[in-house]
Amino acid sequence: MSEKLTKNEFESAGYLSSETIDGDIATLNLGPTHPATHGIFQNILKVDGEKILEATQTVGYIHRAFEKIAERRPYNQITTLTDRLNYCSSPINNIGYHMTIEKLIGCEIPKRVQYMRVIIMELARIADHLVCNSVIGVDTGALTGFTYMFQQREKIYDMFEEVCGARLTTNLGRIGGFDHEFSPAFYSKLEDFLKEFPALFAEFDNLLTRNRIFMDRTINSGPISAERALEYSFSGPNLRAAGVDYDVRVMNPYSSYEDFDFIIPVGSNGDTYDRFQVRQEEIRQSLSIIRQALDKMPEGPCHADVPDFFLPPKQEVYENMEALIYHFKIVMGETPVPVGEVYHSVEGGNGELGFYLISDGGRSPYRLQFRRPCFIYYQAYPEMITGQTISDAVLTLSSMNVIAGELDA
Amino acid sequence: MANSTLSNETVYSKLKEKFGEAISESQEPFDLLTVEVSLAEIHNVIEWLKNEPSLQINYLTLIGGIHYPENTGRELGVTYHLHSLIHNFRIRLKTFLSIENPTIPTITDLYVGANWMERETFDFYGVIFSGHPNLIRVLNEESMDYFPMRKEFRLEDGTREDKDDRFFGR
Repeated sequence: MSEKLTKNEFESAGYLSSETIDGDIATLNLGPTHPATHGIFQNILKVDGEKILEATQTVGYIHRAFEKIAERRPYNQITTLTDRLNYCSSPINNIGYHMTIEKLIGCEIPKRVQYMRVIIMELARIADHLVCNSVIGVDTGALTGFTYMFQQREKIYDMFEEVCGARLTTNLGRIGGFDHEFSPAFYSKLEDFLKEFPALFAEFDNLLTRNRIFMDRTINSGPISAERALEYSFSGPNLRAAGVDYDVRVMNPYSSYEDFDFIIPVGSNGDTYDRFQVRQEEIRQSLSIIRQALDKMPEGPCHADVPDFFLPPKQEVYENMEALIYHFKIVMGETPVPVGEVYHSVEGGNGELGFYLISDGGRSPYRLQFRRPCFIYYQAYPEMITGQTISDAVLTLSSMNVIAGELDA
Repeated sequence: MANSTLSNETVYSKLKEKFGEAISESQEPFDLLTVEVSLAEIHNVIEWLKNEPSLQINYLTLIGGIHYPENTGRELGVTYHLHSLIHNFRIRLKTFLSIENPTIPTITDLYVGANWMERETFDFYGVIFSGHPNLIRVLNEESMDYFPMRKEFRLEDGTREDKDDRFFGR
């Protein structure tokens, strides 16, 4: 295997250039805890000076056995586990999981709930992409954009707080919809955000997009071809940057995404610059989707009629026997769930986030598997950085948006 | 699939025609064609689905394991979710193997991305993918000597006495 290659073998494979200063291969540990990795995972790089000859990843540092834990928890308690997958866009995970259960129990979701979900999911997508793109800026040496964009992300978190009381690990929504209507404060915050953000975002965009230094650093850094990306089962912005227009929102629309008018940006080289650009454009598209959803927001209840899963209002629990029974059953996790097998996927911040659920009718899933896009595309990392420099490797890592929580489940 | 250009019946009849007995059972839970494939043919089926020009089911979505302790002789299962991005058609393949000899051919020769998914299945269920280039644990610690997602491993320690679950309907 790779570790056993000797210096001579590297030389005969044409790796070592004759101009190396000390003429030897160095081993460099990028991570597990290093600012450049943005999370806890390790890359063992074999380097010849600045040039990477090969890389090996070690993952699993924050494996928390969610799939196992889910096999013991009642369905409504699993949402908190999904928070901790891609924690940069927890609401997408929450809502994706809720939609999986709704598909299993055959629950009709009111149009209004679907639109509300779209707003929340697109806000989460913006937050996720903002982190990724501003960090690409940081890794190229432009800290300024990061500080401005994180203030904006903060505003998105304020809105999440307004909806569910939490900011990062949101546990947002319920099976069937939302626990209550969005507050007027949420709407005013959202309107302010939609008004102020585009100008600031354009400023951030100006700072980097046509910046000579930034372009030189990112173009051709960590490229992958479309064919190779598909073989690696890439999805999300990383696949689209390579030129494949696969987006779950369009291909298998969920939560009424077919009602909205938006484009799917694609790149051509699959390099860091394209990944950056695809995310930038997706942020603009998300803003447009939010605007459309707000304008077209239908009237109706904020949750579906699923008393088996949706907690009744507290006042009714005190006064009404039925409500008390439902409350008790939900809290104790004794809700009847049909036997079945369901796969549902949503377009998460990083790609196709899937939930494969097998229910045997018991109080917890028989098997719940998460399709975690990070885990799947991170495999390609060594291939993408071999032959590049260490600084490119750092950039490639941040532009792939590898989130340790999603990587390790 | 609602907006797919292939129907479940078409794909199933083509599979049945090509592989006959190896395709034993089919279901359509939530419109997703689910077929059970014999262990011997699983690699061929996936390869054929990938290369057949009229289907082009060539995107690997997910590989996962499952454990049914009471199914003697076919305790462990491996599920494959495949997707045709051209026809927007999804299919789920299942195959079962005995826990005594859980060996299944790898599909890393067809999909590079299957590498870690198979390693994960090995890590948690102990399914051995023969021909896999680097079949070692991926998320768990290397010295672990059991496969934690198997059903015999209860989540909580059964000998604990400080918690009484009788009152919680468990």
